[in-house]
Amino acid sequence: MNELISDLKTQIIAQLNLQDVKPEDIADDEPLFVEGLGLDSIDALELIVLLQQNYKIKLSKADDGPKVFRSVKTIAEYITNHQEQKI
Amino acid sequence: MSDTVFVAGVGIISAIGKNVAECLYSLENGQTGIGQMVFLDSVHQSKFPVAEVKLDNNDLAQLSSLNNTKSRTSLLSMIAAKEAINDAGIENIDLLRTGFISANSVGGMDKTEKYFAEYFYDNQKGRLRDVVHHECGSISELVADQLGIRDFVTTISTACSSSANAIFFGARLIKNNILDVVVAGGADALTKFTLNGFNSLMILDEQFCQPFDENRRGLNLGEGAAYIVLVSEKVAASLSKIPSVTISGYCNANDAYHQTASSPDGTGSFLAMSGALKKSRLQPSEIDYINLHGTGTQNNDIAEGKAIKRLFDPHYPKMSSTKAFTGHTLGASGGIEAVFSVLSLQHGIIYPNLRLTTPMKDLPFIPVTDFLKNQTVKHILSNSFGFGGNCTSLIFSKL
Amino acid sequence: MTIYIRATGNISPQKTFGHPPFLTDPKEYFGNRLTCIEPDYREFIDAKQIRRMSRIILMGVCAAKECLQEAGVVIPDAIVTGTAYGCLEDTGLFLSKMVEYNEELLTPTAFIQSTHNTIGAQIGLILQCNNYNNTFVHCGFSFESALLDGMMLLKEKEVTNVLVGAIDEITNISHTILKRMGLYRQGQVSNLDLFKSNPVAARLKGTIAGEGSAFFMLTNKLSPADYAKLDALSTFYKPKGIKEIEHHILFFLAAHSITFKDIDLIITGKNGDIRSDEIFDQLQQRIFSNNVLINYKNLCGEYPTATAFALWMAANIIKSGKIPSELGYKGLNEIKIKRILIYDQYQSIHHTLLMISTC
Repeated sequence: MNELISDLKTQIIAQLNLQDVKPEDIADDEPLFVEGLGLDSIDALELIVLLQQNYKIKLSKADDGPKVFRSVKTIAEYITNHQEQKI
Repeated sequence: MSDTVFVAGVGIISAIGKNVAECLYSLENGQTGIGQMVFLDSVHQSKFPVAEVKLDNNDLAQLSSLNNTKSRTSLLSMIAAKEAINDAGIENIDLLRTGFISANSVGGMDKTEKYFAEYFYDNQKGRLRDVVHHECGSISELVADQLGIRDFVTTISTACSSSANAIFFGARLIKNNILDVVVAGGADALTKFTLNGFNSLMILDEQFCQPFDENRRGLNLGEGAAYIVLVSEKVAASLSKIPSVTISGYCNANDAYHQTASSPDGTGSFLAMSGALKKSRLQPSEIDYINLHGTGTQNNDIAEGKAIKRLFDPHYPKMSSTKAFTGHTLGASGGIEAVFSVLSLQHGIIYPNLRLTTPMKDLPFIPVTDFLKNQTVKHILSNSFGFGGNCTSLIFSKL
Repeated sequence: MTIYIRATGNISPQKTFGHPPFLTDPKEYFGNRLTCIEPDYREFIDAKQIRRMSRIILMGVCAAKECLQEAGVVIPDAIVTGTAYGCLEDTGLFLSKMVEYNEELLTPTAFIQSTHNTIGAQIGLILQCNNYNNTFVHCGFSFESALLDGMMLLKEKEVTNVLVGAIDEITNISHTILKRMGLYRQGQVSNLDLFKSNPVAARLKGTIAGEGSAFFMLTNKLSPADYAKLDALSTFYKPKGIKEIEHHILFFLAAHSITFKDIDLIITGKNGDIRSDEIFDQLQQRIFSNNVLINYKNLCGEYPTATAFALWMAANIIKSGKIPSELGYKGLNEIKIKRILIYDQYQSIHHTLLMISTC
């Protein structure tokens, strides 16, 4: 899980072009949207593609987005659960 | 400054007809132009319904008298512009200061993306003639040259409000005594670029769109072109068919909220509509019909709805979104809906908002769902709201 | 109504951003591609916003901000921009991904940044400006249309100031394609030597590619720091020969009761390509024969909205009163310049006449 969280932070920074943000600047539990990192709806779409591209996971409902992407930790949990189900 | 600008002619080609008569027939008979993708060659062909003009490029080329190697956008543009000019019937137009103000969102992209498919793998490949008219302005010039208009030609591109902006820029050129006649409007052909772009924003409906419905899922893309011929008072008085419709109000305002989404309370929409009313010196209660921007996305319809509530409460005019017929034609939408507004005034008709089954619970009004005839229609407000917060409202009035 | 150029902002292949001394150190380039000298954008724009802006948007926003700062205006009454090519980098990026991934797994950022009005929209967004915002995209008339729109808004008294700008960029893709179309000079020509041999006499083909982002604050109220008066603008499209061109120029001057004697300087749009420069040479022998002529495209290169650079240059010449000696026009730097005519043309299709004078 820790490795996944660490990888996710690096991927998120790259995908969203978050210049001047380092992985260690993002707390695992920190809210990503509105407060915290202050991401918006376009970023959410970028993260949906990131999930598909890097983890082959398609978000079953777009409405689940806010829950799944609440923090890096919740994204990691979602990935772990869905990858387990695949196996 | 000449005060009144008249609408002397209209022309249109869309998914519901290749000219005014055919479009009117479809509107009256509730025949939508949305359906299975036929002409655009995309991997999403069976996934997203679209509103294509029901003619291939060879047929469009014949109708437009442009070569079939030219961009589909230019072919559509030419057909509609020609119809508008013929409708206006201005004798000795060569002796008048005439302008062509056109709009489109992606220029000759339908050809560029074909070029790019080869260029991407080898930058010496791809036919140059496919990118020669890539620019938005180049498309306008192909048409202006064919129409023989040289006094003034320009192109506007502000996403979905483009042709509405072109129309009122044209009106202002006449009011400022720079031109006597302006052919103004816009065109856009369906392209993979826009289809995939909108898909990446996840705002496309996989079913037929339902604007202003509580359960709406998104928009269907469309294509088409439409132009109106604007003339000064002096030219209007000289015409054998004296125009009865004027462009009485207009306003462009910016939402300044987000790159693509509208502010929840529709600030930009509110400012554009109230600005247009102020320009026309009309009260909200004097508007008989609103042609809504009404794309069918969750975001646009609630924002537009809230702005209408704020401005019109408690007197709501009849209103509808015609995008349920034509799809969202992007750069052409303002022009297409301007033509529909003019026709509405000329014929006393109001168009239905198709496929509205559950009214939006947060709004105190419901768009009309039947085609209405013999209506007293004197003033119409037409909305066009685009990416980048670009909001434009036009008001057309009958004398 | 009189219109004034209150302020400017310019990012170009020359040292123009940050209002340095006016063209005292012209930059030399070798080859056929001039690139803008860009500031560190993080000094002017928040990092959180920069990430959503491609290079052309940054150029636009920054030049606009510089202009607003000089004007002492926080929120302009209107924003009008012109760009012929729009946001090419993002267009190319989205197209590339579309081809590479066969229309799957595409992300929206490049798409939404590719729309032509994104530059003007981003300026509006950053300033929280709800006012009029328009974008013209018409080849060699993109800037002129934006300028005309701004001038009309002032004349209509809808506004007391307008921010007008023009931006165009070169990308690797666009340069490759335009090169294939035969637009550019071969070999390692120096931009500063572009007119060393008369391109017409030497029968030289090809120009040098340029790019830039230039903004102007136009107002209808005079103030002490204004650069110049914007007297008149006229455009004409596909003229049928030298006689028609002369007719347009003469008509333009007569309409404003100006004779050639009243013009201290003509800035021409010569670009080093015989196909475009022939007309200027002919005019130099004819109606321009008694005037002082200088060029500008050796400094910024050729691109559809280059006229904006010419206007910036003209405004600075009027403000300082003279042509910088560093531009190499021997014997001209002592002439007092009070009125300038710009005659520019793009690919022999789009012709522009602009006249400015001292306030």
